[in-house]
Amino acid sequence: MAQLTLLQAINQALKEEMRRDNKVIILGEDVGLNGGVFRATEGLFQEFGEERVIDTPLAESGIIGMAIGMAMYGLRPIPEIQFMDFIYPAFEQIVNEMAKMRYRSGGQYNVPLVLRTPYGGGIRGGHYHSQSSEAYFTHTPGLKVVVPSNPYDAKGLLISSIRDNDPVLFLEPKKLYRTIKGEVPENEYIIPLGKASIPLQGDDVTVIAYGAMIPICISAAKKANEEGISTEVIDLRTLIPLDKETILNSVKKTGKVVIVYEAPKTGGFGSELSAIIAEEAIEYLEAPILRIAGLDTPYPYTLEHIYSPDPRRVYEAIKKVYNF
Amino acid sequence: MSTELIKYLDEEGNLINNYKPSLDEKKLRYLYDLMILTREFDDRGLKLQRQGRIGFYIGCKGQEASHIASAFALNDDDWIFPSYREPGILIMRKVPLYKLFCQMIGNEGDPCHGRQMPCHYSHREVNFVSISSPLATQIPHAVGASYAMKYNKEKKVAVTYFGDGSTSEGDFHVALNFAGVYKTPTIFICENNQWAISVPITKQTASESIAIKGLAYGIESFKVDGNDVFAVYEVTKKAIEKARDGGGPTLIENYTYRLGSHSSSDDATRYRSNQEYELWLKKDPIIRFEKYLLSEGIINKDYIDSQKKFAEEEINNAIKQAEKLKNPSLETLFTDVYEDIPSNLKEQMKNLIDEQKRLGESEDNSLAFPL
Repeated sequence: MAQLTLLQAINQALKEEMRRDNKVIILGEDVGLNGGVFRATEGLFQEFGEERVIDTPLAESGIIGMAIGMAMYGLRPIPEIQFMDFIYPAFEQIVNEMAKMRYRSGGQYNVPLVLRTPYGGGIRGGHYHSQSSEAYFTHTPGLKVVVPSNPYDAKGLLISSIRDNDPVLFLEPKKLYRTIKGEVPENEYIIPLGKASIPLQGDDVTVIAYGAMIPICISAAKKANEEGISTEVIDLRTLIPLDKETILNSVKKTGKVVIVYEAPKTGGFGSELSAIIAEEAIEYLEAPILRIAGLDTPYPYTLEHIYSPDPRRVYEAIKKVYNF
Repeated sequence: MSTELIKYLDEEGNLINNYKPSLDEKKLRYLYDLMILTREFDDRGLKLQRQGRIGFYIGCKGQEASHIASAFALNDDDWIFPSYREPGILIMRKVPLYKLFCQMIGNEGDPCHGRQMPCHYSHREVNFVSISSPLATQIPHAVGASYAMKYNKEKKVAVTYFGDGSTSEGDFHVALNFAGVYKTPTIFICENNQWAISVPITKQTASESIAIKGLAYGIESFKVDGNDVFAVYEVTKKAIEKARDGGGPTLIENYTYRLGSHSSSDDATRYRSNQEYELWLKKDPIIRFEKYLLSEGIINKDYIDSQKKFAEEEINNAIKQAEKLKNPSLETLFTDVYEDIPSNLKEQMKNLIDEQKRLGESEDNSLAFPL
């Protein structure tokens, strides 16, 4: 089986889906001849032509607005926003149009599109190439929000997202684009949306995370395991719809929870996870739920390695809840 | 390219600029009938709000020629991305009138299950896309849909309607720019009714016209007397034919006037002179067209009376039929958020249904919109 980077897995999923269905169309800034600034769409322009791999003018609201119209008419557009930090000009189109079209039209129109965008820090991108703003979108009924953490999941989740009849926000952890490789089957396969995975099983502490935080959590959990703290890591893979069952089953087993996300702590998606656990499993808890998250500040430049959760910080939190 | 005002019918009902109608008498009568019916529909909509039978109304009085004569130039399979002042298109495309009143009431007969405020219709069966309250958001959608039509090699067009206020929004400019680049079969129709709630067109833009903005995006653009049925029809028809033949988009500014207030919540006398209103009342698109049809002997006084009576009866029956229906079911709160109801919503639905059984229906203490 081929060892691919996360970026190559995404590229392969896009290519296969475009070969399978000529309704699948890509549009965005620099996605054509240049293959995208991260090369996620490398080679697609050459294979499928400029009608299907569309270089757009530099206007995010236009990219998303146009993709919505295409999707309503029956195409399967995959718009790319170059960095998640640049998504805000399209915020209205995403929140008021894409997300609400099915509901407000009584199911007459749907918007089957996948909005791909790289998110997260760790690449010295400063305020505007590092943000992890998934909580704005998980707070919006009508959207599905998917965050892969490895090449295998990236391909299977992206194919599922493309075939889904609802709009999907597909957040790609850009720090992991080329830093991890994994086995990716060349044939098509899907990973259903709304199913978490458990990359590491354990009985003492549950660590819940997604996307770029997964390798960090696994590293911290392995260290904890060496110290005799049996730690389970849950990779959510999909934030909306959320696999509550996997979370609650694990919490009921361990009674101790650490939630890790790189977005600002207050109002982050991890806060929602914490609330769900408190609401539905408080009688199983043996320690306070800890959130290890980004600071409630804009994302910094020089000191980003201090800002972002790292394995040491997660490990300390695991120890803290274990020893509570 | 020119943005001089195009006009074929003057305020006295005379044809000018050597214009000869391309539509036969039967079609002209049909257009007139539609305008009469739409005017009656609009009057009654506002009255229903005043009588407390619906919560809100937003009207199209004075803009009948602008939206009806332009949409008349389309084929039924062309798509409309509307604003909220084009109910005449739904009437033209034969959506049963009572369905429109069901939407205004928000009852179980509303295809959108009472989820939106009045006048936010959606009728896929006649290619009339769902209406949004935020302005200009539909304009890039029309570009996307028409890109898809072109991609599918269909000879269809997408038409989008919006007001002068919308031309200040980013989405207007973005959409024109994208359409210009991709030469999509899109017709952009700006119904310049000169008022965005209380803000006049002179405070909306320093441009000499809306049409001139299209030229900067490489898009052929026209300014048309929007109260002139003939000018509106001919210019739109030409733009549609060009788009079908692969000639790309057109921006049309229908220069018209909002004879009513912005909505049932607004009082235009607070900011608009009576003198201006009286002036535009004389330019009413229906009166002008009626004068022409009478002078040509295409209709007579009896015909007008019978059409008005017919419109009144049709509307009365439609309202009666719509008002018989109940509120949408509780389940409709939860359907259509996604294709399938996810587990968290199923849980919320079950809890809500149990709660309403246990405590009785929640008290409806909503205030009237907006003040």
